[in-house]
Amino acid sequence: MLNDITLGQYFPGNSPIHRMDPRAKLLLTVVYIVALFLVKSFVGYALSLAFLYLVVRLAKIPFKYLIKGVKPLRFIILFTFLLNLFFLTGEKVLLVLGPFRLTQEALFNALYFSLRLVFLVMGSSVLTLTTSPVQLTDALERILHPLQRFHFPAHELAMMMTIALRFIPTLLDETDKIQKAQMARGADFESGNLIQRAKAMIPLLVPLFVSSFRRANDLAMAMEARCYRGGDHRTRLRELRYTRLDGMAALAVCGFVALIVLEGHFFG
Amino acid sequence: MGEQRMDENRIQAKNVTFRYPEEERNAVDQVSMRVKRGEFLAILGHNGSGKSTLAKLFNALYVPDAGTVLVCGMDTADDELVFDIRQNAGMVFQNPDNQIVATIVEEDVAFGLENNGVPPAEIRTRIDEALRIVNMSEFALKAPHMLSGGQKQRVAIAGILAMKPKVIILDEATAMLDPSGREEVMNTVHRLNREEGISIVIITHYMSEAATADYLVVMDNGKIHMTGTPREVFADVENVRKLGLDVPPMTSLAHDLRQAGIDVRPDVLTVEEMVEEVCRLSSKN
Ligand SMILES: Nc1ncnc2c1ncn2[C@@H]1O[C@H](COP(=O)(O)OP(=O)(O)OP(=O)(O)O)[C@@H](O)[C@H]1O
Ligand SMILES: [Mg+2]
Repeated sequence: MLNDITLGQYFPGNSPIHRMDPRAKLLLTVVYIVALFLVKSFVGYALSLAFLYLVVRLAKIPFKYLIKGVKPLRFIILFTFLLNLFFLTGEKVLLVLGPFRLTQEALFNALYFSLRLVFLVMGSSVLTLTTSPVQLTDALERILHPLQRFHFPAHELAMMMTIALRFIPTLLDETDKIQKAQMARGADFESGNLIQRAKAMIPLLVPLFVSSFRRANDLAMAMEARCYRGGDHRTRLRELRYTRLDGMAALAVCGFVALIVLEGHFFG
Repeated sequence: MGEQRMDENRIQAKNVTFRYPEEERNAVDQVSMRVKRGEFLAILGHNGSGKSTLAKLFNALYVPDAGTVLVCGMDTADDELVFDIRQNAGMVFQNPDNQIVATIVEEDVAFGLENNGVPPAEIRTRIDEALRIVNMSEFALKAPHMLSGGQKQRVAIAGILAMKPKVIILDEATAMLDPSGREEVMNTVHRLNREEGISIVIITHYMSEAATADYLVVMDNGKIHMTGTPREVFADVENVRKLGLDVPPMTSLAHDLRQAGIDVRPDVLTVEEMVEEVCRLSSKN
């Protein structure tokens, strides 16, 4: 049951996209996503797709990985599509279904909305496929660092993410062990209705919870013993440096945004 | 006390007493001991005798209620010195999983150095060196959860080693390992002691590990009950057993043989020594 939970979806490689500074990647992904909200027509979505395709080719990741990223969200996307379809109003009625009137405007808007979601997910997939979780936390910490002046806990947040990433495999292992131990004593996790199955999880969760607290305690002690004292004056093994690559990527994204703005002007 | 003597003692505890809040009795009670430069010391004692508490007092994780602990001459009660003390007296804990912080081996080794604000270039050279010393260089970019217990403990040791400590304290660092992992860790620790001149304090329930130390401290109920070389301590089989501890198997055998009227030395520690004793006796007859 636990084997199919994969952590992140990093696709290791050495492409120009992989080699970019993770901060630049993170920021440019945000810009791309914001630009998606400026798109006014199918031409714009075609442009977005073309841009994404270009990046994916550069990154040398198979395009189907992006599709895979969207798959778990297909029901949400379908749901929002239907919701938009039937509850938006418009002039040109295409179809009347009982109390619902389906209009052309609603159809287009629903399509746009779903497409935006799909591209949003695919865009962020490109980021997580080409950036390891460690790089991502690093980038996040450094991007948020200036906010520390306003007491925003940037370092703490990044440290929490690191520890979570570090301990998830350990805790999954432990869950597996406890589950097997309980099953050996006749516990049944698979049959029964939802409530029965939820109940069967309790003997699994309680020991896991208890041991997590013990681990947290141990880890805090070990971190303290290794001179941990928060984020001030802390240096990092890995320094992040912007390179020409990041400049080029920024230019490319700017170009894309410009095209989208023009598109909104002419087709909106 | 002269500067010279100060330098000789990596850790010096004087009449140290410590009690956990809301506990009845002192976890550590009037303990005086020292760890000399280059010494390999083992602390023994049954469960709850105060060993771990004492170790945490050596690292400024706890501060004594009474008495003083000096680490390389620095008083652990001095708030200003806490981080210098922790850098000089590194600590390895029992559970390999619960002391590795980062998601990549080399980043974990760098953790202490990052905390101390060491420049990145220097961190790089020091972690490479530390990983090389514990023979874990090839795992530098692996995720910790992919390693065996013994390997994880060696990573933890590397993380301490990178901080260039004067003394390393291992609190039952081998307790959760299989025999081969235990051997890996003990070999590493002995090598650090021999080749890098780092003082070592091990806390252990394995008498075979204790037998390899230069000096033993046996605790009972928060107090020091016996001290001496492994030979001296284990030769007193009755007393050691009274404290709920074992003696190394060969010492136990020598004890039994003596009770049966065979005149072997009482302070035999290893199989080799026992073989020697038996040969000596048989050549005499
Ligand atoms: N965090 C704590 N809070 C309260 N009491 C504690 C705490 N930790 C330890 N003690 C108590 O202090 C005493 C000494 O404990 P300590 O952990 O130092 O023993 P130990 O010799 O390391 O034992 P073991 O061999 O089981 O590791 C024990 O009586 C224990 O119950
Ligand atoms: Mg202990």
